[in-house]
Order: sequence, then C-alpha cells, then structure tokens
Amino acid sequence: MATPRPRVKVPKTAAAGEVITIKTLISHDMESGQRKDSEGNTIPRKIINKFTCDFNGQTVFSCDIDPAISANPYFEFNAKVAESGTFKFTWVDDDGSVYEAEEKIEVK
Amino acid sequence: MKINRRQALGLSAGAAVFAAAGFRAAPAVADAAATEVAIKEFTGGIIPAEAGKLTLKTPEIAENGNTVPVSVSVESAMSGDDMVESIAILAEGNPNPGVVVFSFTPMSGAAAATTRMRLAKTQNVIAIAKMADGTFYMDKKEVKVTIGGCGG
Repeated sequence: MATPRPRVKVPKTAAAGEVITIKTLISHDMESGQRKDSEGNTIPRKIINKFTCDFNGQTVFSCDIDPAISANPYFEFNAKVAESGTFKFTWVDDDGSVYEAEEKIEVK
Repeated sequence: MKINRRQALGLSAGAAVFAAAGFRAAPAVADAAATEVAIKEFTGGIIPAEAGKLTLKTPEIAENGNTVPVSVSVESAMSGDDMVESIAILAEGNPNPGVVVFSFTPMSGAAAATTRMRLAKTQNVIAIAKMADGTFYMDKKEVKVTIGGCGG
C-alpha cells in the first residue's frame, strides 16, 4: 500500500477565543483483521490506532481507534484558539509508523 | 408444478440472499452482553441513564456499512466541572463493540466530533459521554444497514 497521505483542513485565520472546526483525513486501508484472503487465511489487522491533535505543544483532541472505523479515517472536531500558532496532527499505525501533518493559524 | 422464468429467477435470488446472510453471520458477533461489558469498562461499572445532554447523530438507513457517518456532541461549557472528558462510541452488532473513544481537553472548545464507521449489520449504536464531575450520559440509535461492512 502506498504511504498514507494525511489531509488537513484548518481555517487560515481566526478571532482570538474563536472555536474553529478542523477536518482531517488520512488515506489508509484500516485492515480490520476480520477479512479473509482468497485462500481463507485471515488478513492480519493493520489500522491506525491513535490520532492526536496538538496546538503549540498542548493536546487539543485525541482519539483511540478500533477496527470499526472506516478506511481512510476521517475526523472532524473543534479547537479553541487564543493565539497564533501551529496545529500538529499525529496518526499512529499498528506497525509503529507515525504519520504527521502541520498547519498554521493566524489569530487576529 | 411448472416453474416459469420469473419464478426461477426469484427463487435463485432468494437463495443468493440466504447464502449471503449465512456467510455474513460467520464471524463472531458482539452481542448485547459484550456491549454491556464494554460500557462498564468505560464507565467503571455504571450503566448510564439514557436521557441527557449527549446527542448521537447517525443515518436511519445506511446503504453501505463500510462508511457510516456518525456525529456526537454534548452541550458543555468545556471548563471546570462542566467539561466532557471523553466520548465512546460502541456498536452492538459488530465483531467487537468498540468503535472509537474521543478525548477532549479545555482547548477543544466544544465537545463535538464526527467520523465514519463500519457496521456489520443492522444494529444499535451507542454513545457514552464521560463528564469531568464523574457523571455519564448515553444515547442510542438504531442504524439499518443494507450492505454490511466487516469483510467476510
């Protein structure tokens, strides 16, 4: 499978104290560990099991993920921004790989 | 009895549906008891009351069980005691009841999240919110699934 590609949508600017909506998507098969291949062998589980969003080093939102989340996991959540800074997004794969993305926001 | 073409087609279609249903039932499926265990694991032994501030939004009918949109939100000031720590989503009829656990912080601003989940069959979806003061809220919705989404 190709390397998972994260996509993140954060507003470019916001007012101080505004609650903004963030949308994230990452391309990933999210192999559930329930499926079988053509020979009847179980395909081993390989999912993204954790997602975290930090703002200037502080956690904003995180989630623990089970195989029941669809392929190409999508998350939409909110963040309250008081100052300009950088959002950092982290996805952790079952095999230990970590996928990251960053997005800046300017507070006016 | 003479079977005309239309009846024959109907019969074979019925047989195909039956076979598919049998096939889909093959993986172990979480039942209400397993879900109850999962709820208690999250809440520390409490079965939360159903009425509350938590809103769980799901489609009534999901055509494709592979991607079912699901939204949860709780009315909360997100500070002090009126703060949502986490929200768990559980699916009663999946091989494992756990779907996802969202964790919030005061920087979240609002206790709301949307994602997409897999549902193996028509079933109840449950959301439980854990508040900072130790109380829990629960909401439950039935989702009718046309095509299941758990492999097989």
